[in-house]
Amino acid sequence: MGKPSDLVQGTLDLLILKTISFEPQHGWAIAKRIQQISNEVLQVQQGSLYPALHRLEQQGWVRGKWAESESGRQAKFYSLTAAGRAQMEREKENWSRLSAAINLVVEGA
Amino acid sequence: MRGLEKFRMAMLMLFRRKAETARLSDELQFHLDQQIKENLARGMSAEEARYAALRAFGNPSVLREEARSNWSWNWMEKFLRDLRYGVRTLMRSPGFALTAILVMALGIGATTSLFTIVRAVLLKPLPFRDPNHLVMVYEHFRADNGGDGMNPVSPGDFNDWRKQTHGFEDMAAWHEDDFDLTGEHEELPEVVQGAAGSWNLFSLLGAPMALGRAFLPEEDQVGANHVVVLTWNLFERRFGGDPSIIGRQIRLDTTPYLVVGVLPRWFTYPEARVQLWVPYASTFTPETILKHDMHQSRVVARVKPGVSAAAAAKEVGALQYQLHLANASAPVAEDVRIRPILDDMVKDVKTPLTVLLCAVGCMLLIACLNVSNLLVARSATKRKELSVRGALGGSRLTLIAEQMTESLLICVAGGTLGIMLSLGATQWLATHWQALPRAEAIRLDGTVALFAVGLVFVTALLAGLLPAISSTGSGILTGLQESSRSIGGSASRATLRKVLLTAEIALTVVLLVSAGLLFKSFLHLRTSNLGCATDHVLTMKYGLPEKQYDTPEKVIAFHEGILERVRRLPGVVAAGLVSTPPGGGYENDYVFTLPEHPSTSFQLQDDAMTRSVDPGYFSAIQIPLIRGRFFTNQERLDHYRYTVISKMFADKFFPNEDPIGKHVTIGLTNTTYEIIGVVGDVPWNVAQPIRSTMYFPILSGKATMATIVVRTAGDPLLLAVPVQQQVAALDPALPVSDVLTMEQIVGKSTATQSFSASLILAFAILSLLLAAIGLYGVLSYLVTQRITEIGIRVALGAQRGEVLRLVLMDGLGPVLVGLVIGIAGGATAANLIRSILYGTKPLDVGVFVIMTGTLLLTALLACALPALRASRIEPMQALRIE
Repeated sequence: MGKPSDLVQGTLDLLILKTISFEPQHGWAIAKRIQQISNEVLQVQQGSLYPALHRLEQQGWVRGKWAESESGRQAKFYSLTAAGRAQMEREKENWSRLSAAINLVVEGA
Repeated sequence: MRGLEKFRMAMLMLFRRKAETARLSDELQFHLDQQIKENLARGMSAEEARYAALRAFGNPSVLREEARSNWSWNWMEKFLRDLRYGVRTLMRSPGFALTAILVMALGIGATTSLFTIVRAVLLKPLPFRDPNHLVMVYEHFRADNGGDGMNPVSPGDFNDWRKQTHGFEDMAAWHEDDFDLTGEHEELPEVVQGAAGSWNLFSLLGAPMALGRAFLPEEDQVGANHVVVLTWNLFERRFGGDPSIIGRQIRLDTTPYLVVGVLPRWFTYPEARVQLWVPYASTFTPETILKHDMHQSRVVARVKPGVSAAAAAKEVGALQYQLHLANASAPVAEDVRIRPILDDMVKDVKTPLTVLLCAVGCMLLIACLNVSNLLVARSATKRKELSVRGALGGSRLTLIAEQMTESLLICVAGGTLGIMLSLGATQWLATHWQALPRAEAIRLDGTVALFAVGLVFVTALLAGLLPAISSTGSGILTGLQESSRSIGGSASRATLRKVLLTAEIALTVVLLVSAGLLFKSFLHLRTSNLGCATDHVLTMKYGLPEKQYDTPEKVIAFHEGILERVRRLPGVVAAGLVSTPPGGGYENDYVFTLPEHPSTSFQLQDDAMTRSVDPGYFSAIQIPLIRGRFFTNQERLDHYRYTVISKMFADKFFPNEDPIGKHVTIGLTNTTYEIIGVVGDVPWNVAQPIRSTMYFPILSGKATMATIVVRTAGDPLLLAVPVQQQVAALDPALPVSDVLTMEQIVGKSTATQSFSASLILAFAILSLLLAAIGLYGVLSYLVTQRITEIGIRVALGAQRGEVLRLVLMDGLGPVLVGLVIGIAGGATAANLIRSILYGTKPLDVGVFVIMTGTLLLTALLACALPALRASRIEPMQALRIE
């Protein structure tokens, strides 16, 4: 396996929002899940997840709550707020538009 | 919804910041532990597992900071950190902190006080309706080009203006007059300052009555029923604020007046002294109200919307020229002049206040420069630290912000102290500066508070920015490269300090010179020989009501009776009567002709001030006789057509000839007086140029207003009560007023000069002190920096004297440059304040020499200490210093 591609700038938020849209997750789980679902292609530098999570929390899109994790230790679980869900839809749309546009250029060439 | 969520987070971050920080660490640790566990499960060793986890995760402390930087209130946290750092730095050198804070407190406090006064007096619009549309109209003699050329208006002119011109919306007239006020039932009499205003004055100004009504047009007629309007002050003070006073009668000069209205509390025009108003016409006779040459009224006019004041004035001027032609033999002006009503009220204090504000601004600037200078010195000692932090990636902005916090702290502390000081100072100034108009409007309000806060931040910026920028400048790395045994110190920093110092010295010289000039002119005013006795002289005024004292005989009987009684009092050396004492102000002036010198043509007729005196007045107050004789008891009643003239009168109109036996004809009354004597000049107002004066015998019985002048053996004020008792013994209903010593009269008329001169001198001395502190600080710093160099010089054989000279020249260089700039600036400033200097030339060599000398001496002293210390340096010790 080659060097994992860097996350496209600005898509981390979308990945996080999407990942926790099914159920509340803690940071470790979010990182794992992004890795798994994207078949190990997208590798978040694990630590950089946290500044992003805290930014989203300050903006009121996700909400952090301390609870017991599967291992029995206290962990901070992030869940999507209503505003966060709306934001996710917006970002998803943005992403579709962007990737469609890139596709057009790349395929058309 | 989202807003609520954000707010919840903001509150959480504000109040549970510490807990959240701990939780963030926990959160990151949890992640790491999970990763380590996974790595261990993959069969790594414990140590390997930890390293691999950290590699995948990144630097936890950096990430923690990054996450935290997303939190709200981050700016505040940063600011608090700077603040803590600043406080700690300041606490480490409490002497410096205290000096700087006190310096700023004085500067900010004084500036705030002056601003409060200037705003209330000069800037705040008058409380009238559309005050910008109000102007004062004066008569203007075309030949009168000294001063402002504005002459009071004659009643005849005013009436014609109002009837025949249409450029102004309306015009109103008023003049001051004082009354003896008593109630219906002989209550305690008192003299009140009143004024007579035309019926439309209050509506023109836009001042509706608080109670009752204003004058009616038919009440403003000669011979109409007597009515009066009270000011709020008199209404509350004398009548207990009882509204039933409307419709009742009070007695003015024993004549009953019907109270028709009470003015609102805010109405203090033309000044707070005026207590009541009567209709304008009620103060005239059918003849005098038509006079075109009785200049005694002020005219207020309201400009029509869409018409310029100048155009309206032009129309009035054209009419006035017709009036002038129609009265060619009388002093009727050819033209009119106008000025805004506010300028008219503050004309005497505008320049002094502006000068004071400038002076205090200079002082504040010097204070800023000083703090700035001290901060530069301290930043030099922190140079290594800043370099290291800069090299480690501290952003320049962070470092500047941190340094600025220090100056901000100084200025905020100083500002708080200063504003408290200024509260007291403003109050004190407003109550003690007697000649200050609109003093009642002075108070601290939102604008002033805003100004003070703004001032704090501006000074913080001024004082802090320069040192902060210079210490974090491009040379940040050279700070690291500088060897620890640097020999010369940093040259650029020394230059900066010297430039600051030069500016400080230059400003100080400007202040010192201005203060010196003002103070000299004030001293000149106070100590100049008035031409009469000023020590041990008591004056007391009374006005005989014309109703009881209706014949000249009755008037004379009182005048002579009171003089006789007073002269018999123990402690009285001499006593006399005069209508207005020297320095007591304007009383009246008359235009006259000289039968022996018929003038062929004149533009502005000759006029002179008038006074009425009794035979003993001149010797009582020690005005010297120059020629001829004083009045005697013979010049009385109908035998009154004699006059004594002042020396200036004689010199001006009878040069090279003997005026005794010549005659003077007063145009207004067409009476001819024979000149019997010439006496020395005395000023009518101490702060104004002397004018020619004619004295008439008070024993003619025509003058009912008189001032008893008593020269005493001891303290004149001790005789105030005995003299008053004598007045009461003669007429219990007669009030006295203006019980003043001559010294108080002089002090009163020089109050503005006294205030501006003393305040500016105080500011200048403070500035001098500041400059000395600055100089001392800079030089001490330079000496410390050059200690090794000096040690080497001494070791190589330099003499102590040479070292002394070296350091002295280092300090005196900026002083000399600043001095030259300051002298040039001082000369400019002196020219600007020319109009408020009395008997002092703007380029008074003595003042310049004394003030620059004082500065040089102070500078020399400030430099001498560090220089002496430098010259005592032991070379071995100096070289051993790291």
